[in-house]
Amino acid sequence: MSRVLVIAEHDGEHLNQSTARCVACAVAIEPGGTDIVILSRNPGAIAAQAAALAGVTGVLTVTNPANGPALAVVLAPQIASLARDYDVVLAPSTTYGKDLLPRVAALLGVPQLSDIMTVTGPRTFQRPIYAGNALVTIEVPDGVKVVATVRGASFKPVGGGNAAPIRAVELPATLPAHTRFVELRTGKTDRPDLQTARVVVSGGRGVGSADNFALLYKFADRLGAAVGASRAAVDAGFVPNDMQVGQTGKIIAPELYMAFGISGAIQHLTGIKDAGTIVAVNKDGEAPIFEIADIGLVGDLFQVIPEIEKLLR
Amino acid sequence: MQKIIVCLKRVVDYNVRIRVKPDGSGVATDGLKMSINPFDEIALEEALRIRDRGLATEVVIVSIGPDDAQQQLRTGLAMGADRAILVQSTGELEPLAAARVLLKLVVREEPGLVLLGKQAIDDDCNQTGQMLATLWDRPQATFASKLELNGTVATVTREVDAGLEVLEVDLPAVVTSDLRLNEPRYVKLPDIMKAKKKPIEIVAIDSLGVDTSPVHRVTKYDTPPARIKGAMVKTVDELVGALRDRGVLA
Ligand SMILES: Cc1cc2nc3c(=O)[nH]c(=O)nc-3n(C[C@H](O)[C@H](O)[C@H](O)COP(=O)(O)OP(=O)(O)OC[C@H]3O[C@@H](n4cnc5c(N)ncnc54)[C@H](O)[C@@H]3O)c2cc1C
Ligand SMILES: Nc1ncnc2c1ncn2[C@@H]1O[C@H](COP(=O)(O)O)[C@@H](O)[C@H]1O
Repeated sequence: MSRVLVIAEHDGEHLNQSTARCVACAVAIEPGGTDIVILSRNPGAIAAQAAALAGVTGVLTVTNPANGPALAVVLAPQIASLARDYDVVLAPSTTYGKDLLPRVAALLGVPQLSDIMTVTGPRTFQRPIYAGNALVTIEVPDGVKVVATVRGASFKPVGGGNAAPIRAVELPATLPAHTRFVELRTGKTDRPDLQTARVVVSGGRGVGSADNFALLYKFADRLGAAVGASRAAVDAGFVPNDMQVGQTGKIIAPELYMAFGISGAIQHLTGIKDAGTIVAVNKDGEAPIFEIADIGLVGDLFQVIPEIEKLLR
Repeated sequence: MQKIIVCLKRVVDYNVRIRVKPDGSGVATDGLKMSINPFDEIALEEALRIRDRGLATEVVIVSIGPDDAQQQLRTGLAMGADRAILVQSTGELEPLAAARVLLKLVVREEPGLVLLGKQAIDDDCNQTGQMLATLWDRPQATFASKLELNGTVATVTREVDAGLEVLEVDLPAVVTSDLRLNEPRYVKLPDIMKAKKKPIEIVAIDSLGVDTSPVHRVTKYDTPPARIKGAMVKTVDELVGALRDRGVLA
């Protein structure tokens, strides 16, 4: 029976939901045990959140001031030393996991799998390639550690109610002087998080300007939705980069995705393939987004959005 | 700094829609338009700008791939790279193997900076730069949208899920490019002519002493289930009605 180590993602206070999705992937492997490791300067509160996740058999905490800012170069050697006791090491396929896990794999001298979508066997996994236009099934031979990132949109987060034991471990962490954290600039909003929101309202180049995005924010707030964007909207400076949805932005799976003024380039569609219902509003009836939309309306977003708002209860 | 190395992968052009072979044995790529991986083109543009600001003397481009990858290296030379290295390989390499091969060249060339794309748009792995940095035991700054050089220090702004993170790394370092780092230049005809005289060194992959045989076994390729085209509605009333019918709108 294999043992799985899940690397927790957190912001210093809260466990990121991507961790519960990783645990869902771990559980699908049907392992002999699933432990979560939390590397932090102060893991207490996060450990409690991790211990509550269904299916988790243990939580390891590594306390070190050096683990404050999540620098891959600091975290990777600690994880690699823990990984010796596990057959499978999983991290979320977020910018955090993508930055970190290849270092762990390189230290362990094993190849890494990126973006597991489906567990098809104890050692076989399906993952997307070519912006999701093909899926490949990969088997990791016996005796080779599985080191993989997990595509969050493919797994429902596990529930809570568990009380797994929490254990502190001591690991030497060398603070490399060659990499220094300067700052994290976040556009803090009160809106739901794009990666976990039930409803996402998204705008593209068709929105036209940063000012015009106010219309989408207002609409999203009425719906309690998160706001996303196409690359073109980010490139044009309408919205910040963390709102980009797609192959090279965020892969999301909301219950409802509403795309306004987005043409539906393949790189964008990759990011919303797992959405429940996709609504597209575009003034061009030939826009490719209509090929995958569940509900399409040819129209001008500046007229359509206020009209929808009027009909909301 | 003397040298910047930029890694260029030959991939199916991002505008081309690929198909899985009917027997599930692979992706049909024969005869498709091939290009420099878009992220790598951005990485190269950045290197050229750094050199042209006088902060580096030479830009060396490296590709691991088939003989035909010389086409992409020629394009890179036409963009302005000074010389190219092709490590001949017929098979696809796992990112760890690619990183081990690249390490050999990095150790030989001793660059002050190595630039890669954050991901190759064929395998979508997003691993090679991080692995190379680890094996080389040098700093990494992935998903860069801004790169500033100040003597032996690079300040890199990174696109992360939460927003923008700024790191300071000592050179030599590995940086991987995100889309907004810059907009690559277009190649002009005279540059293509000039590039014909620039050298491409061919290295046999076996001569590097790296085991590049794949560890993971690919068992099959599938076409993802397509989303089915839904209904077009004519009015906002119908749109809202359809959303309520589906129970996704109160
Ligand atoms: C390597 C690579 C990676 C990429 N990654 C991503 C990614 O992660 N995410 C992503 O989104 N893109 C990505 N792209 C870019 C992608 O190819 C497209 O260029 C981009 O998605 C287009 O954005 P858009 O639909 O907003 O703009 P456009 O394609 O310009 O479409 C704008 C649409 O708005 C419509 N419109 C205009 N005015 C109105 C109006 N008043 N009302 C209604 N409709 C209107 C137009 O009819 C048009 O269809 C990537 C590209 C590359 C090469
Ligand atoms: N065969 C290759 N030749 C040159 N560069 C490569 C090769 N494979 C990967 N790279 C570099 O590594 C980056 C990330 O690739 P990947 O980890 O495969 O997504 C690419 O954008 C390239 O810069």
